[in-house]
Amino acid sequence: MILKGTAHKYGKNVDTDVIIPGRYCNLIDPVELGKHALEDLDANFVKKAKPGDLIVADTNFGCGSSREVAAVALKGAGVSGVVAKSFARIFFRNCINTGLPIFECPEGVDGINDGDTITVDAARGAIVNETSGKEFKATAFPKFMQDLIKMGGLLRYAERRLEEQRAAKG
Amino acid sequence: MSRPMTLTEKILSAHAGKSHVAPGDIISISLDLVMANELSAAVAITEFRKIKGATKVWDADKIALVPSHFTPNKDIATATLSTMMRDFAKEQHIQHYFEVGRGGIEHVVLPENGMIGPGMTIIGGDSHTTTYGGLGAFATGVGSTDIAVAFATGEMWVRVPPTTKVRYDGKLRPFISGKDLILYTVGRLGVDGAVYSAIEFTGPTLKELPISSRFTMANMSIEAGAKNGIFSVDATAEAYCAAVGKKDYTVYHADKDAEYERTVEIDCSNIEPQVAIPWLPENTRNASELNEIKIHQAVIGTCTNGRIEDLRAAAEILKGRKVHPDVRAIVIPGSQKVFMQCLKEGLGEIFVEAGCVLSTPTCGPCVGGHMGVLSDGERCISTTNRNFRGRMGHVKSEVYLTSPYVAAASAVMGYIAGPEQVTEKVAV
Repeated sequence: MILKGTAHKYGKNVDTDVIIPGRYCNLIDPVELGKHALEDLDANFVKKAKPGDLIVADTNFGCGSSREVAAVALKGAGVSGVVAKSFARIFFRNCINTGLPIFECPEGVDGINDGDTITVDAARGAIVNETSGKEFKATAFPKFMQDLIKMGGLLRYAERRLEEQRAAKG
Repeated sequence: MSRPMTLTEKILSAHAGKSHVAPGDIISISLDLVMANELSAAVAITEFRKIKGATKVWDADKIALVPSHFTPNKDIATATLSTMMRDFAKEQHIQHYFEVGRGGIEHVVLPENGMIGPGMTIIGGDSHTTTYGGLGAFATGVGSTDIAVAFATGEMWVRVPPTTKVRYDGKLRPFISGKDLILYTVGRLGVDGAVYSAIEFTGPTLKELPISSRFTMANMSIEAGAKNGIFSVDATAEAYCAAVGKKDYTVYHADKDAEYERTVEIDCSNIEPQVAIPWLPENTRNASELNEIKIHQAVIGTCTNGRIEDLRAAAEILKGRKVHPDVRAIVIPGSQKVFMQCLKEGLGEIFVEAGCVLSTPTCGPCVGGHMGVLSDGERCISTTNRNFRGRMGHVKSEVYLTSPYVAAASAVMGYIAGPEQVTEKVAV
């Protein structure tokens, strides 16, 4: 999977409350949620973001609430992936589980400016800043998580576990 | 080969059927309890329906569903989510469904109903599920898809976290509670100071701490980014379990030579009442350093500080005094049981006499939902857990986090003030 788009760059500790404010957490529809993505951090984000664009951020992206709609809202806004120096752990799980591609790459974050065009080869974790021509390598996920993603996400994993549980019971 | 383990590692290994685990291991653990509220449950139910072969939940008695966040339903969208959860509880014969008027905020309700015990593994569709570590359980917040899969399988994959040990020593000063200790700790560690890690709370000071304060501290472990926060089980914890009727639990202890990623030592004897200023819980200050910052609202309650001990602290300050004319003070007992206790002890009368709103249990204002949303430029002193931008309403509103003592004192003074300022300046 190749992700390509404009980088929208933000700082440290982008929390789930600015990714999708609490007042919208009674929404479920990804498109409706997407209309309010990052609203309290950057009111222009939704206006300027094009489908396929990526978020680039500093450390601890997605800290705070367990609201899965944070990942869903970014997808709903057309975001194809997030490159950050590090992620908060619940948000990290939610991205793996809902299929929002994320990449830990401190050097890449430092080497990308707001507005640069970037390309990410998700399978290789290769991040190319097309604007500067520089290439960066994201930290590889543990094998289990790679398998989970390949399998099609956590729900497919659950189906396999259910079969195994039934087989074990005989 | 066996290895000495931390408290979190002990519980995880036992629930993975392994003799030992080490940080970084990815394991599948069996779950003793899975919790969701109306916001996380609605998405979880939708995802559960997509799992082929999952028609019934794995164990209806190990699931708890609690309407709490925007309830009593604040609008039609919320009502729709609440209905989805209520219908699911009926369809799946989930007994631990706590209807509005018979429950409250999940992290207050579940412990007081004897559903939380030492050594348990608990996940919840709410980041403050870490609360239950106050009783020596492994408890962590997850998103709705993890909840859906847990509904179906009773399991969750976990990357075993390294453990940060925080050790508290020294005698607490007057008016200092678990809230001050955890705010101080988050200030020391930073909001990403324990990302992917477990926090093990230890040290002699904690022996003196009531369970309510331990819940408050474990609750805000997530504000340092931790996967979970956990206390050792002692006589106080066992007495709490006995009082709420929790039986059949296993007490684990950390091995003496367990490996910790880091150890942080905190001398509690000099800790003053704490306040975290916008926009992060790590921005902690001594209340005494803040120079009469005017407030428009005070919120006392929530999963962090909505227990009876918290309301008693607020009432101690508010008794015989009045809320400042420019301030709305909103007191929210964390559960119906707390509400009833508050009435029985006469605290309700104290709050209403002082000019406070006394609300039905809800998460309400903490998430900017209802019951105290802020307008442009308004400032709130709050016993909640997050002061992120826009958390309680308008993006230009501000939340200052603190203890019930400081919130109540500030409500009286009209500006952020320590409890001693009130007792000195405002006679009863």
